[in-house]
Amino acid sequence: MVPTHYYLILAAIIFSMGALGVLVRRNALIIFMCVEMMLNAVNLTLVALANQWGNLSGQVFVFIVMAVAAAEVAIGLAIVMAIVRHKDTINVEEINLLKW
Amino acid sequence: MAQQALFLIMAVFTLGMALGTVTSRNIFHSALFLVGSFAGVAVIYFLLEAEFVGVAQIIIYIGAIATLIIFAIMLSRSVTGQNGSPMNRQWAFAALGAALLFAALAWLFSRVDFGSTAQPVPEDAIALIGAGLVTEYVIPFEVASILLLVALVGAILIARERHS
Repeated sequence: MVPTHYYLILAAIIFSMGALGVLVRRNALIIFMCVEMMLNAVNLTLVALANQWGNLSGQVFVFIVMAVAAAEVAIGLAIVMAIVRHKDTINVEEINLLKW
Repeated sequence: MAQQALFLIMAVFTLGMALGTVTSRNIFHSALFLVGSFAGVAVIYFLLEAEFVGVAQIIIYIGAIATLIIFAIMLSRSVTGQNGSPMNRQWAFAALGAALLFAALAWLFSRVDFGSTAQPVPEDAIALIGAGLVTEYVIPFEVASILLLVALVGAILIARERHS
């Protein structure tokens, strides 16, 4: 039996790595992948706590989060494609039309 | 014992894959590392007796989301990796921020006492989740389905070519 704390710490490390990737990478698609990784880490936390309390609500939540993640990927990649077609770049430092 | 060994192996595997996603210079390698980290998390779901979530992880994340990301990489291949470093200039501050975030989360988790034993997961967990999705959680379930439909229509609208 693995203590629940280990799963939570693992999820925290994955989440921090995803946050680091979002902050340092310049490619919009990789920032996207890192956001997916952070969502995955949160899902892992929910499943670990669902297992700890023997309560299935956490797993239902994870299912809803996955549906939202799928919607987010569809919209996000469509926006990236539109930007690539419009500006011929995928570097977030050059996508600064709305930057103050 | 075997469970702990498997957890350790999968934890190291998942973290290595996650690190590869963040640091890899080649965007296609990043996507493949991401698939590896999804697979590692799926195995950990099985370790946590969450078979339904594990299978959903494989179908949705590896089957759909990763494929979509690889499609996007292929479609934007002409503009990727044309100039300089893949990282921006604030990497030192970003690393410090991520380390602080992890320290805060670890401190928070270390203060929670879950007691000695975990509650057993019900035997017919998948049946209970299925029943829950059409009774107690029917509204989030339906809202999620409408959200997906609207998101897909919106994605088609945003990504299509305009001839004007």
